[in-house]
Amino acid sequence: MSYLEYAVKTVPSGLRKVLYLNWPLVLLLTAVCSVGFMMLYSVAGGSFDPWAEAQMKRFGLGMVVMFVVAMVPIWFWRNLAGVAYLASLALLLFVEFFGAVGMGAQRWIDLGFMRLQPSEMAKITVVMLLAAYYDWLPTKKVSNPIWVAIPVFLILLPTALVLKQPDLGTSLLLVFGGAAIMFFAGVHWGYFAAVIGIGVGLITAVFQSRETPWQLLKDYQYRRIDTFLDPASDPLGAGYHITQSKIALGSGGWTGRGFMQGTQSRLNFLPEKHTDFIFTTLAEEFGFVGGFSLLSLYLLIILFCVASAIANRDRFASLLTLGIAVTFFLFFAVNMSMVMGLAPVVGVPLPLVSYGGSSMLVLLGAFGLVQSAHVHRPR
Amino acid sequence: MKRSAREDAASTRRLTRRALLIGGAQVAFGGMLALRMRYMQVDQADEFRLLAEENRVKVRLFPPARGALFDRNGAVIAKNEPSYRIIITPEDAGDVEMVIRRLSHLIDLDPEDLAKARKEIAQNAPFRPVTLADRVSWEAISRVAVNAPALPGITPEVGLSRQYPLGPDLAHVAGYVGPVSDYDLSKIDAPDQLLLIPRFQIGKVGVEAKLEDDLRGKAGNKQVEVNSAGREMRELNRREGQPGANLQLTIDHRLQNYVQARLGRESAAAVIIDCDSGDILCAASAPSFDPNLFVRGISVRDYRELTENKYRPLANKAVQGLYPPGSTFKMVTVLAALEAGEVTPEETVYCPGHMEVANRRFHCWKRAGHGQVDLMASLRESCDVYYYELALRVGIEKISAMAEKLGLGQRYDLPMSAIARGRAPTKDWKKQNFDQDWVVGDTVNASIGQGFVLASPLQLAVMTARMASGNHVAPRLIKSVDGVEQPIEAATPLDINPNHLRMVRRAMYSVTNHRKGTAYKSRIIADAMHMAGKTGTSQVRNITAEERRRGVTRNEDLPWERRDHALFVNFAPYNNPKYAVAVVVEHGGGGSTAAAPIARDITLQALYDGEPPLEAYPKAARSKVKAQQERLRRERRDFLNRESDRA
Repeated sequence: MSYLEYAVKTVPSGLRKVLYLNWPLVLLLTAVCSVGFMMLYSVAGGSFDPWAEAQMKRFGLGMVVMFVVAMVPIWFWRNLAGVAYLASLALLLFVEFFGAVGMGAQRWIDLGFMRLQPSEMAKITVVMLLAAYYDWLPTKKVSNPIWVAIPVFLILLPTALVLKQPDLGTSLLLVFGGAAIMFFAGVHWGYFAAVIGIGVGLITAVFQSRETPWQLLKDYQYRRIDTFLDPASDPLGAGYHITQSKIALGSGGWTGRGFMQGTQSRLNFLPEKHTDFIFTTLAEEFGFVGGFSLLSLYLLIILFCVASAIANRDRFASLLTLGIAVTFFLFFAVNMSMVMGLAPVVGVPLPLVSYGGSSMLVLLGAFGLVQSAHVHRPR
Repeated sequence: MKRSAREDAASTRRLTRRALLIGGAQVAFGGMLALRMRYMQVDQADEFRLLAEENRVKVRLFPPARGALFDRNGAVIAKNEPSYRIIITPEDAGDVEMVIRRLSHLIDLDPEDLAKARKEIAQNAPFRPVTLADRVSWEAISRVAVNAPALPGITPEVGLSRQYPLGPDLAHVAGYVGPVSDYDLSKIDAPDQLLLIPRFQIGKVGVEAKLEDDLRGKAGNKQVEVNSAGREMRELNRREGQPGANLQLTIDHRLQNYVQARLGRESAAAVIIDCDSGDILCAASAPSFDPNLFVRGISVRDYRELTENKYRPLANKAVQGLYPPGSTFKMVTVLAALEAGEVTPEETVYCPGHMEVANRRFHCWKRAGHGQVDLMASLRESCDVYYYELALRVGIEKISAMAEKLGLGQRYDLPMSAIARGRAPTKDWKKQNFDQDWVVGDTVNASIGQGFVLASPLQLAVMTARMASGNHVAPRLIKSVDGVEQPIEAATPLDINPNHLRMVRRAMYSVTNHRKGTAYKSRIIADAMHMAGKTGTSQVRNITAEERRRGVTRNEDLPWERRDHALFVNFAPYNNPKYAVAVVVEHGGGGSTAAAPIARDITLQALYDGEPPLEAYPKAARSKVKAQQERLRRERRDFLNRESDRA
C-alpha cells in the first residue's frame, strides 16, 4: 500500500499529532536516558560535570529532534531515504580522508559544537533505504537473486567504509541491521542460510590469514578476539578491560553496592567507564536488580516497536520500525554481551546511556522516525 | 507501484510472522543476558567481590629501621643514613629517554647506574618504578624537586641506607649489607615480605649476616585503597613495624683501628681477647676493604680488584685463616707431656741439632743444636728436638686432646662468617681422611705445630688466654642486644694442673724477658705490664735440596708466597693476665722479627688504652718505635681527630 492510498483524513494533523505519539515509547526512552544521566553522574564521582550535564543537554536536543521528525509525515522520510543514504556515504568518505583520528580510528568530523560520527548516521540511513527499497519492490521479486544482490551491495558499501576506519562494532551492526530488514521483507531464508555458511567460512579465513602479509583484521582486533577467548592470558594488557569489567559487574551481587558506592569504577579500574563500560558501573552499583531493570526497559522498547510495526499496515513504516528496533537491539545486546565477557570488546556503546552526542541524537532521531510511522499510520 | 491485494496480504502476514520471530529471538537473547547476569552477580558474586577487594586494597610495607652496631664503648660501627634516591616510573614519564636526558642536565648520573636502570625499565612492567640514581645529595634532590614539572615520572624518594663510619676497620667483623639478590632469596624457604622489596638491604657477611634476624626488625604495613594507577586514595588500616635490635659488639673500635693500622700493608691478622670474659676486643685482618662499597652493590671493577688481590682482602684471616701454628704450639705439647707425667720441668734433653726418627732426620731450627735443654730453655730458645722427644713419649692422641682443651680444632659459636675449625689431628682423623695410618713422623711434626696441625689466629688467642688464666675462656663477640647484656660463659678452671700452667707461663715469660729468649727484643719494660709470649715460624714449604744447591738458604730469598708465616702469641701483664694476643703475618718470615713487635705494640696499646709512653719500651727499641708511632699517628690522623672531637 502506497501513501497515495492513505485515507488522509484519518491521519491526525497539526499539533493534534502529539496526542497520537507512541507515548509509552517516549516514556521508556526517557527512563533509559535517565538511567544514563544517573550513571554518568555517578562515574564522575557525584558530579554533573563533565558528562551528565552535557548528556542531558543532548537528550533535550535529541527529544526536540525526535518530536520534529515525528511531526513530519513518514512518506516524506521515505522519499528522503535515498538522499540520506548518499549523504551518509559522502560523510563516510569525508572522514576517510579528513576525519580526526580518535582512539586509533578515523571516526568523526569535528563540527565545533559536536563531533559527528557518520557511521552512527549510516546505521539509520541504511535501514531507511532498505525499507524504502522493499516498499518499492514488488513482493514477488523479493527473493529474485538480482533484487537480492542490490540491497546486499547497498549494505556492504557503507560497511566497507566503516570497517576501514576501523570500527568493527558498527560494521557488524550495519550488516545485521540491513540483513534484518531483508529478512522482514521476506527474502527467502535460503539466502540467510547460505550467508551464514559463507560467514563461517570467512571467519575461518580471517583466522587463517593471521600473521600473513594480507591479514584481514588489525593486530589489536586479533588480540581482542584472543583475549575474549582467554582473557586471563593477558590480564594487564589486552584482557584487562574484560577482566576488570567482569570483576566489577560480578561484585555487584543482587542489589549492588549502592548508588555511587561502586569501588571498581570509582577507582578507575574500569576503562571507558562513561562510555562502553557504563553498564558495568550500573551493575556494580545496583546489582542484578538494576541491570535487569535496564535490560527490561530495553526489551520493552523493542516490544513496543515490534507491536507498532505489526499494527502498521504501511510496508515502509513497518520495515523501518522493525529495522530501527533491530539496530537498537544489536546496540545493547552487543554492549552487554561485551561487558559480561560473552563477546569481544568491539567498541559498541550502550544506547542512550553511554556518553556520546552523535549516538544519542541519531538514536532519538531514529525513534522520531518510529514515532512518525506510528502517528502517520494508515487507519 | 501497483500490486495485488492478495500478494499484499501474504507479504504482510509473512512480515508479521517474521517480526514476531525476530522479536521473540530478541527477547530470548535478552533473557539469556539476564541469566548470564544472574550467574555472574548472584552465583559467582562472592568470587568476584573477592577479586574486587584484591583490586582495591593493596598492602604497602614500611621497611623497619635496621638495628645499629656499636662497639663496646658505644661508638657507632654501622648505622642507617637517610639516603635520597631518584626514581622513574616509565609509564608516567612517557618518553623515558627524554626525561633522562633532561635529568642528566640537572644532576650527574652515573653511566653504570643508568645502564642498570635502562635494563630494568626494559624488563619490568611500565608502572614499576626503577631507581635511576641512588645516594644523591640533598642539593641534587632539591634541584630535581624544583624542576619536577619538567620531569614527568621522576620522584625523589628518601629511604635508609647502611653506612659504616669506620670504613675498613671492622669490615670483616661487622661485615656489610647489600641489595637482596635472587641467590639470597633462594636460600630462604619462606622469605619475609620485606625481602621482596627491590634493592632491600640485607646482611651479606659478618655480624650483619649472622644476626640478620635480630637486626632486620619487623616490617610495618598499611592497607590502602588504590586506584587502577596504583595511586593511594585513602588509608584503611595501619600497623607499625618494629625496628631491628641494636647490637653492641665486644670490639674496642679504637684498638681495632690501631691494630688495623699497625698491621699496615702486611697480609696479616691479629686478635686480642680479654682473658677474663673472653671478649674479643680486636679481630683485625689486613688488608681490609671498605664495606660501604658493597652497600649499594659493588661495581664489577672494584670487586675484581678485591678478589684478584693476592693478599685476599675479603678473607677474615682472624677467624677463617688457618696456619700451621709452628712453635706457638709447643706449649700444647709440653702441657700434654707434663699432664701425662712423661716429663718433669727439670729434666733435660740433649739437642744435637737434629733427631733421627724412623730413619728420617728431623732438624732443629738451630742446626748447631742447643745442647742440654730443660723445659724453660726449650721454650725460651724454641728448641725443636726437645719437643720431638716429648711427642715420642706422649703420643699424638694426648697432644691433640690438650690442643682441644686449649681451644684448638673446634669451631666457636660466634656470629662471624666462615669461621674455620682448624685441626687437632688424631690417628682416626688421618685414617678417615687420607686412608693412611698415622706414622710417628706425623707426631714429630705435630709436636712443633707443623704437619697436620692447623689453627686460626682467634684459636691461638683463645689458647693463650686459657693458659694465661687457667680458665676455660670462651670467646664472645656480642656484648649486648638492645641494651640487654649477653651472658659471659662462667669461667670454669681448666682440667690442667695449675702448677704445670704456671711453669709454662714462666717459660713464656722468659721468651720475652730472658736475654736468650727468642722475643727478647720485643719485651715490655713498664712495671706490672711485662708480657709473656711465644714466637712461631711455620713453614709453608721446605727449602728443597735443589734450592739449597742454588744458594737459597734464607727465607727472604724465596718468593713471597713461599716464605714462612710469622706468628706470635702472648698475654700481659704477666702477673695478672688481662689480654691474650695472637698475631699472624702471612709469609712474614720469622715470628720474632715480623710478628712479635706487632704483638708487643698492640698489647701496649690495649694496656694503656691508647698510645703507650716510650718508657714502656726497652731503650734499644725506642728510636724505632718513636718513628713508627709518628707514622701511625699520621696515618690515623682522620680517625684520631674524629675521636677527639667526639670526646
